[in-house]
Amino acid sequence: MGVEQRARATIVTGVIGSDTHIVGNRILAMALERAGYRVVALGALTPAADFIRAAVETNAAAILVSSLYGQGELDCRGFRDLCAEAGLEGILLYVGGNLVVGKRSWQETERTFLDMGFDRAAPPGTRAEDVIEWLGRDLAARADRPRSGAG
Amino acid sequence: MSTALLIDFGSTYTKLRAIDLERRRVLGAGQGPSTVLSDINEGMNAALADLERHCGGLPRFRYRLASSSAAGGLRMVTVGLVRELTAEAARQAALGAGARLVGSFAYRLNAADLEAIGRLAPDIVLLAGGTDGGNREVVLHNAAALAGSALACPVIYAGNRDALDEARVRLAGKTAVFARNVMPELNQLDIEPARDAIREVFIDRIVHAKGIDRAAAQFDRVLMPTPAAVLEGARLLADGLAGTPGLGPLLLVDPGGATTDVHSVADGEPAPGVVRLGLPEPRVKRTVEGDLGMRHSAAAAAEAAGLEALAADCGVKPALCVRLLSELGADPGRLPATAEEAALDRALARAAIRIAVRRHCGSVETVYTPTGAVTVQRGKDLRGVRALIGTGGVLAASRRPRSILEAALADAAAPHALLPASPRLLLDADYLLYACGLLQSVDPQAALELALAHLRPLDEEKADEHAVNA
Repeated sequence: MGVEQRARATIVTGVIGSDTHIVGNRILAMALERAGYRVVALGALTPAADFIRAAVETNAAAILVSSLYGQGELDCRGFRDLCAEAGLEGILLYVGGNLVVGKRSWQETERTFLDMGFDRAAPPGTRAEDVIEWLGRDLAARADRPRSGAG
Repeated sequence: MSTALLIDFGSTYTKLRAIDLERRRVLGAGQGPSTVLSDINEGMNAALADLERHCGGLPRFRYRLASSSAAGGLRMVTVGLVRELTAEAARQAALGAGARLVGSFAYRLNAADLEAIGRLAPDIVLLAGGTDGGNREVVLHNAAALAGSALACPVIYAGNRDALDEARVRLAGKTAVFARNVMPELNQLDIEPARDAIREVFIDRIVHAKGIDRAAAQFDRVLMPTPAAVLEGARLLADGLAGTPGLGPLLLVDPGGATTDVHSVADGEPAPGVVRLGLPEPRVKRTVEGDLGMRHSAAAAAEAAGLEALAADCGVKPALCVRLLSELGADPGRLPATAEEAALDRALARAAIRIAVRRHCGSVETVYTPTGAVTVQRGKDLRGVRALIGTGGVLAASRRPRSILEAALADAAAPHALLPASPRLLLDADYLLYACGLLQSVDPQAALELALAHLRPLDEEKADEHAVNA
């Protein structure tokens, strides 16, 4: 990652699948912009492949996937593999929202998404400030090792 | 009398239109063969002699402006990063500049791609890739790959501006031109600067490279490729000028021998409550369907339409259709001689227009979400266009052009296609749109009034159309 990119990393974000709940994602996008990131907001109803295409074209440092309608596990399956396929092996992946319906514990849900290749999973009620703090730490850690692939 | 001569150096014919600028009327038309491969002057002189016969002498023209699609048209190859994003934006820019798109590539160019590009022998390569501040590596890889290839044509760089300086260094050995990024932000098109750069390279270099400037004594300037002149004419007609309203949003179809072109000048924004998916499309949009032509690609058009459906539409037996189609493909200059051939021509034109317009227009789809049904739109919503214009030989020569042009209209059988619902149907009967597109560069008011006056409304024919089995 070059110096200018580190100063102003690009974050791709949006709401995955057949999910129209855009408000939380929009609040997050505004907070990220205020924190100095370049935000590529894909909006609601975004297919998984569109996140990856956008990340390739914009040389994004991270993809933040929102899912609010309980189908997140289905929509996000294979997301990390799609990234690898597109040459984004090292890209930082977060997921957050109401990720599953039913009575599963958060620990169980988090484990599911981390096993799917996400670097972090955010439970309902996570504050934008927490996400920004994670990003700062995770991107700084990555800046010191070279990223692979097209990005 | 102030007059203008508008020239179209076409692939088959050299066509002329002489215009009386003050009285907004056509003085005459002339036609000669296209002789660009030997000496362009022969066809031009023949066309001028023809025009002189029609006008009874030639005035001293105040303007002599030309467009060209001769010598294979403006052959372009486009290169982008992601196929659906910058590669698509580059395609849109090339098509909007009136190019004949012979190849489009995405991601890193490899040795086989470079070989393929060499074989395609483009006149211009348009190189895009990366949003501004986005991916640099791929567009720079491709700049270096093109620079290291045997390719002799100009390269227009319209990629990530952060990579521009480095791209300039890598392309130093080639003729390179630099324009603004076709996609500065994700899902944001900015194709006009690339379009302008293509047109400049066309005027500065391609006109000479194709030998069109050997007729330089006969014209003042070659302004643009002919499809761009048609698109400019359509834009002027739609938008109008201060004090002279245009037709409003419009769709223009041009079924030709090798391709069917569709142009739209319309925002095509989703209706309230409808969610847009995918890349926004340009307001002035041109698509070219290489498999939907009346002659060279007649067999492919029949395949796209389905032979049975085509045969049923024209009332000619399928076996005879097959024979006639192969004859048409082998003889692009052929005009229908029998009733069957005329019926097949009409059916082919209807099929070409129907399919080409459906590919051009957007579509809607209902997505069922846990919170209810949502309508999503891809492409442009052209249901509300005010005018539908037909141009080209098959429509101009037809006795019932409306029955052909109607193939572009909304159809209950395709409820998801955002096709024109109830536009005015107009015919460019005198093949004047290219001339108006050229003329607007020097006298937009005359060009607009001329175009408005010479489009023939087809609406009146409606009563007859239903009586006659077209």
